[in-house]
Amino acid sequence: MDVLDIARIQFGVITVYHYMFVPLTIGGTALIAIMETMWLRTKNPDYLRLTKFFGKLLLINFAIGVVTGIVQEFQFGMNWSDYSRFVGDVFGAPLAAEGLLAFFLESTFLGLWIFGWDKLPRGVHAACMWIVHLGTLASGWFILAANSWMQHPVGYRFNPESGRAEMTDFAAVMFNKVQLVTFPHVIFAAYMTAGAAMVGVAVWLFIRRHDDREMYRKAIRLGAVVTLVAGIGVGITGDIQGKIMTEVQPMKMAAAEGLYETSEKCAPFSLFTVGTPDGKEEKFAVTVPCLLSFLGTGSFDGRVEGINDLREQYEQTYGSDPGASYYTAGEYTPIIPITYWTFRFMILMGLLAAAGAALLLWVTRGGRTPTARWLGTLGLSLPLILILGNSFGWIFTEMGRQPWAVFGLMTTDQAVSPGVSVFEAATSLIVLTVIYAVLAVIEVGLLARTIKAGAEPFVEPPDPGGEQSDDAPLAFAY
Amino acid sequence: MELTTIWFIVIAFLWIGYFALEGFDFGVGILLPVLAKNDKERRVMINTIGPLWDGNEVWLLVAGGATFAAFPHWYATLFSGFYLPLLLILVALIVRGVAFEYRHKRPEAKWQSRWDTAITVGSAIPALLWGVAFANIVAGVPIDADMEFTGSLLTLLNPIGLLGGLVTLSLFVTHGATFIALKTVGDIRVRARALAWRSGLVAAVLAVIFLVWLQVLTGSPASAIVFVIAALLLVLGVVMAYVGREGISFAGTFGAIVFAVAGMFVALFPDVMPSSTNVAFSLTTTNAAATSYTLTIMTWIAVVFTPIVLSYQAWTYWVFRKRIGTHHIPTAELASQ
Repeated sequence: MDVLDIARIQFGVITVYHYMFVPLTIGGTALIAIMETMWLRTKNPDYLRLTKFFGKLLLINFAIGVVTGIVQEFQFGMNWSDYSRFVGDVFGAPLAAEGLLAFFLESTFLGLWIFGWDKLPRGVHAACMWIVHLGTLASGWFILAANSWMQHPVGYRFNPESGRAEMTDFAAVMFNKVQLVTFPHVIFAAYMTAGAAMVGVAVWLFIRRHDDREMYRKAIRLGAVVTLVAGIGVGITGDIQGKIMTEVQPMKMAAAEGLYETSEKCAPFSLFTVGTPDGKEEKFAVTVPCLLSFLGTGSFDGRVEGINDLREQYEQTYGSDPGASYYTAGEYTPIIPITYWTFRFMILMGLLAAAGAALLLWVTRGGRTPTARWLGTLGLSLPLILILGNSFGWIFTEMGRQPWAVFGLMTTDQAVSPGVSVFEAATSLIVLTVIYAVLAVIEVGLLARTIKAGAEPFVEPPDPGGEQSDDAPLAFAY
Repeated sequence: MELTTIWFIVIAFLWIGYFALEGFDFGVGILLPVLAKNDKERRVMINTIGPLWDGNEVWLLVAGGATFAAFPHWYATLFSGFYLPLLLILVALIVRGVAFEYRHKRPEAKWQSRWDTAITVGSAIPALLWGVAFANIVAGVPIDADMEFTGSLLTLLNPIGLLGGLVTLSLFVTHGATFIALKTVGDIRVRARALAWRSGLVAAVLAVIFLVWLQVLTGSPASAIVFVIAALLLVLGVVMAYVGREGISFAGTFGAIVFAVAGMFVALFPDVMPSSTNVAFSLTTTNAAATSYTLTIMTWIAVVFTPIVLSYQAWTYWVFRKRIGTHHIPTAELASQ
């Protein structure tokens, strides 16, 4: 293994890991802000209990999301220094803006929310969680703008003198058409994931805590509705994304289907294929006629370009050497089995989770009180299914861009740090993987413990406007 | 003024903010086993920085992001060159950040003492290594014509680097002690005050040797003035800790860090990473910078949003201004957390 391999494995491991926590934070902050606001509006103690209970779960999750995020920013310089030199002008700006506009908001107002129960007026306290949510959205906006630029570089010019990409239009980078559809797709998926987590936890407790059924029913309702509505949003934006991808990254779309020969019209979409490992030879497949044409172009008669034609085009446009030496299976072609299956699994996971949420909403409708324990297991599996779905989505979109780091501009092997040794890169990969694994075990243990304990009894929070002794204990302390 | 100079100052400002703020929460973490005699006192210490440390740490993320955008070559050379120390810092920050949040989640003494260790070690490592890194940046490291760092980990562990590490470590310990003295009541406040002036004396001696060394190596008249101000403020902090004026004492250590870091950036300018191989290979504010278009956009973003960020961060410090003592620590809650 060389530094490139190790750096790529590390990027995959730490990014997928980091992204397990991100959607739960984006969606979770919204759900908790909604519940705290509901408490203020209705004065129903159930909503405060739910706010505090899901708040605890959110914070356990947020802690790892935050600390693993630091690595995300630093590793560009550590493992991908030539990439950083090449794109810093364009890619660095959204990252800096993310820190200034989003991270400060999130960290500061989350601190106020955690410790501020007895110090802030109630409306301000709830507003803090809304502001944290706003921060997560801003963070998503900037980092997705940066990623969208890698998929579809716009608003820049290549300066042959400095050998670098230079930004010429910040607005074009911020409102890249890939960004405009990726952002809602990712945010809907985040709401869906957090909604499913809420349904899952609430159903599990609904079956076990008979006294608190009506409270958990509220959480099931809210979570399931959010999951289903967001799920529709994920589907619609995903569909638009497919069409934009066909336009700006046709190879990725062809690789999603493993379509080698250009199809002039009515390209089929296979649900399932058994073939040779490189996906070139099909043994058995279940296909839906014309669906790929529809996904890619919006018309069942649309033309979809195949891998072979695209490869020829790319060779003419970019030269015959794509740079990424180990994509020998086909230059300018991502690894087809990976793109093929991750694309399908991503969609499958979304559909499964939506179906699960709909089922749980159905069996708890009206005043029904099902008692079957497997419903709790099904519930808890929903967020896990969606975490898998999110991971497949990112693996698809990042692996599907290969061999490019920046599409059409810089290959992944040109991006890696030239000065870093195998020892350094391997140390980093091993150390981070081990620490992340240990933290995952600890985190799951804490989540399980907190979920089992359930929501705490209602306690009226101290009134920050009223008379308070200076010696009164803190409402919350570490 | 050149845009590149403005952005050099912005990045200096971000690092200054980072060290002056996270400096005290590092110090509190390091002093956890020293100042606290029992669990309640440990919790008092942790809770003085509980709502603040994460916001302090964002200064680092913004400094990193701003360097990436404004000086891509500086970011690339520094982060790929100082690879292992940065990895160690990252690991420390990961463990420490999780520790603050997870420590109180279970009541067992063993669980909590493990996270206490994580907080202490996770605070001490970056406090030491940031000093090593910055001493090396200012003093110069081997960099070739392609802007690549050609040294190894051992290159960085040279005498001035190690001294720089001890300076930041002792400064942050002192800063943490003056912060604890300012933010607590009871025995712990008294102990913190006593420790502050003692560790402050050590920090002052180390800092003076270090800053004089750096001044001789690479300083200018301007950096000399800034270094002298830093030293005087540190002495002020030490004396005020001794006589029990906690507010001024904390302001003294705060100011000492601000001016010491500022002086290092003054000594650095107009280089951003001087090469010890050949001065012609040095990264400077011009050859490492992004284009003026990017810098202009970034300037607008910074001009609009920095005042907003500073206002709400200041507001947080105001909201959590009260001193904490052992009687403020809730007991019943812990078991159910």
